[in-house]
Amino acid sequence: MKRGNVISAAGLLAVLLAAVPLAAFGLPPGDPARGEKVYGRCFACHAIDRDRTGPRHAGLFGRRAGSIPGFPYSPAMKKAGANGLVWNEETLDKFLQNPTKFIPGTRMTYAGVKNDQDRADLLAYLKEATKEAKQ
Amino acid sequence: MPELFIPSFRTLARRVFLARTGQAALSATAVALLAGNEALAAQSKSGTKDVTILNTALGAEQEAIAAYQVGAESGLLQKPVLDLAVAFQGHHKAHADLLASAIKKLGGTPSAPKQPADYHFPTSKLKSQADVLRFAADLEKGAVSAYLGAIPLFHNRDLAKAAGSILGDEAMHWAVLRQALGETPVPEAFVA
Repeated sequence: MKRGNVISAAGLLAVLLAAVPLAAFGLPPGDPARGEKVYGRCFACHAIDRDRTGPRHAGLFGRRAGSIPGFPYSPAMKKAGANGLVWNEETLDKFLQNPTKFIPGTRMTYAGVKNDQDRADLLAYLKEATKEAKQ
Repeated sequence: MPELFIPSFRTLARRVFLARTGQAALSATAVALLAGNEALAAQSKSGTKDVTILNTALGAEQEAIAAYQVGAESGLLQKPVLDLAVAFQGHHKAHADLLASAIKKLGGTPSAPKQPADYHFPTSKLKSQADVLRFAADLEKGAVSAYLGAIPLFHNRDLAKAAGSILGDEAMHWAVLRQALGETPVPEAFVA
């Protein structure tokens, strides 16, 4: 195999691996830049680095639901966390698609991000933005 | 702000400012949105869900009121933009009053506003009038999306109508703020 082919294969593998977490449960690969625009829909209630009507998103991935100290979560969200719900690509995908169906009683009274590509883009953005931000 | 843009925006801002004298009429409109809704109080489970939606919206409106206060007190806004910000803050107060009224009609308890410091606004990033306008525009855009996402969840159609009325107002705020920033006021045919 020529060197160029090796590099191309490695690049392709990296792209595929990056896409796997979302593609594994049916979402197309996400575009973080486009996801930042989708995040504008969340901006009435959320920010990356501060609690607002909704909790901050910094450190979101891997965080147990309803677990930011002092944030006034709904009893339903606290219960979901106590029952083991942890935010990752899969759980966020389900929640964002229809928040009040995934967690009845949540205070996130939003119909959801219905478009698969929008949700994939949003998750791609959140994964980058929440990793860099201070918790 | 682009030179060509200033005269029309000043005229617009003055009109919005003068319209504040009509706030009593606006309040009457708000009351009418919920008029004849004695049935609201009779609802039970669906009413409880509507209270949750309304209280989430109320929290966002309370934050918007506080945000405009920060903008007004920042010393960064010059007339007529300052007048415009105060007028928009008045609209958000009217929205909050309407939402609180509906919550009470449903037998719920309106959420209390936070102390201003507890909102942790990014004031260190607000260094110019344009920064304040951008901050406000982003809040308004988010509010439009929030109401758009909430409307389908209401069990009571009159509450959905009231939320639609608020959405329309906040979309106008967003457009005017975009115009003040020299951007296309209405960038797309749809909001999301």
